[in-house]
Amino acid sequence: MARHLARRLGQALLVVAGVVVLTFTVMRLVPGDPAVAFAGPKATPEQLAEVRERFGLDDPLPAQLVAYVRDLLTGDWGTSLRTRQPVLDDLYLAFPASLELVGAALVLAIVVGVPVGVLAARHNRRLPDLGVRFTSMLAVSVPVFWLALTLQLIFASELGWFPIAGEYDSSLDTTSPLTLWTNITVVDALITGNWPILTSTLQHLVLPALVVAAYPTGVIAQMTRAALIEEAGQDHARMERALGFGETAVLTRFALRPSLVPVLSIVALVFAYSIVNGFLVEAVFNWPGLGRYAAESIKARDTPAIAGVTLLVALVYTLANLVVDLLQGVVDPRVRAR
Amino acid sequence: MTEAPLRRGLPRIPDRFAALGAAIVVLLVLAAILAPWLAPYDVDPRPLESLLPPSGAHWFGTDNAGRDVLSQILYGARTSLFIAVAVLAVSATAGVTLGMIAGYAGGWARDVIMRITDVFLAFPALLLSLALAVVLPPSVNTVVLAIAVTWWPWYARLAASTAASIATRGYVDAARCLGVPAPLIVLRHVLPNSLTPVLVQMSLDAGGVILTSAALSYLGLGAQEPTAEWGLMVQQGQTYFTTSWWMVTFPGLAILVTAFAFNVLGEGLRNALDPRRVVK
Repeated sequence: MARHLARRLGQALLVVAGVVVLTFTVMRLVPGDPAVAFAGPKATPEQLAEVRERFGLDDPLPAQLVAYVRDLLTGDWGTSLRTRQPVLDDLYLAFPASLELVGAALVLAIVVGVPVGVLAARHNRRLPDLGVRFTSMLAVSVPVFWLALTLQLIFASELGWFPIAGEYDSSLDTTSPLTLWTNITVVDALITGNWPILTSTLQHLVLPALVVAAYPTGVIAQMTRAALIEEAGQDHARMERALGFGETAVLTRFALRPSLVPVLSIVALVFAYSIVNGFLVEAVFNWPGLGRYAAESIKARDTPAIAGVTLLVALVYTLANLVVDLLQGVVDPRVRAR
Repeated sequence: MTEAPLRRGLPRIPDRFAALGAAIVVLLVLAAILAPWLAPYDVDPRPLESLLPPSGAHWFGTDNAGRDVLSQILYGARTSLFIAVAVLAVSATAGVTLGMIAGYAGGWARDVIMRITDVFLAFPALLLSLALAVVLPPSVNTVVLAIAVTWWPWYARLAASTAASIATRGYVDAARCLGVPAPLIVLRHVLPNSLTPVLVQMSLDAGGVILTSAALSYLGLGAQEPTAEWGLMVQQGQTYFTTSWWMVTFPGLAILVTAFAFNVLGEGLRNALDPRRVVK
């Protein structure tokens, strides 16, 4: 296990190094002078020279890369051109809201996707199976921004069942201010027993979480179904049937657990995908997360901020993959041998 | 796979999803090719009355600039299919070339190429596309480049693993013993026999490429006026959504139906061509 851990950690570090180099390269593709972008179009040549000096823009590229890595490691992720705040501070404020949204969506996706996958496997190639496969295919094919706009129009604007946008009713900030611990509103409201904000946040969360959940629910349902059907064809399933277990019991009592291993690994992939997919949803529902921050940074062509978002999400993604890999090593010893 | 031994319960129904997908894809290709003849109205010149609701004259209504939405959608099929074909061609060519080298040569070449794909795969596809599309000027070509950059590693991996397994076959050994140079072996023997999984993967990916390109255009990073593009149409329509729902609903449905069609077609092809992964 220790060797497996060390090897996976080494691979992850290599990937992170590559991610940093790639982000640096992409950001250097920006047409125009980064010094002008920072100092503004009216800056004098002296001011530009000073900015170049300060950020080392006249140094050769490898030296700039080294400086960039050193800055990243010391917690200096640059300054946003738009908010004029350190990018890391901005990310620290925005990331928890995204985590809240994607977390809620993934819980929803697992709670719905796994049982629905079991249902489809149980009635393989019969009406419920076709229904599940058709719906899950639709769920993975729907453009999220369009689904977000449509649900917002129907359930918020027309029917008024849910609030239109935002994370919670901002008037509550004065009547029952929230003490921040984790920056994740739902968690903080729960810890501090702030019920008005908790209920308001949950109401605001429903529509965006449903939209973000569409893709992972479809994927998890399809994966669960496929893994279950494969598992139900194994010798142990034949044995269980011979012992008199019914088909539902074979699936849920014996086949489900081993089937969840591949489903687990897909959850990590889908997690990162959902954060980025959530970007589009956040923009529609004005959710104060990374996506809205990224959308506003994109509009302002704010490259340091965009580089920060890119780097953060890639790091989270690498970490999620690492954790799932190690978890699989715990669950299934055969993985370690590979 | 063995099927449930019990015959009780609901009747089995043959699965026609793949055929449905194929039919929709054929219709789309026809719509894209024949757009100038099929479209009931010209897209650019004389504007019609703006924001007309769907009617007999304008099945999908007209938009804020007085263009017929149905005609725009038909022309939009051209843009989407062009992007999908271009992205898949570029990324499959680059990926398969690198994958062949990695898989056939093995050794350090494989290690270097595979570690590079690891790095690219550490970005969720849409994220890297987003970052690239931000720094490049918005256009259809930017979309193609930005998506192809995130898609090629999958093909490199796929091609590398198939090439590695084919490189151990007897006929490849035979060719090597006869002194056929390595590039020729790859071109004549390894490549043709590795193409099936690549083609299946391309049809599976087309839906994802179309969704990603629509998202980039929706964010204003892709196709620009006056190109007809579905994602761009949704973006332009969202300001008028509460009063003129058709400007958002129909282009969105076009994206949904197209992505759905490619996804089910790809799944059907995979099940038909790859006996190991048959999921009945």
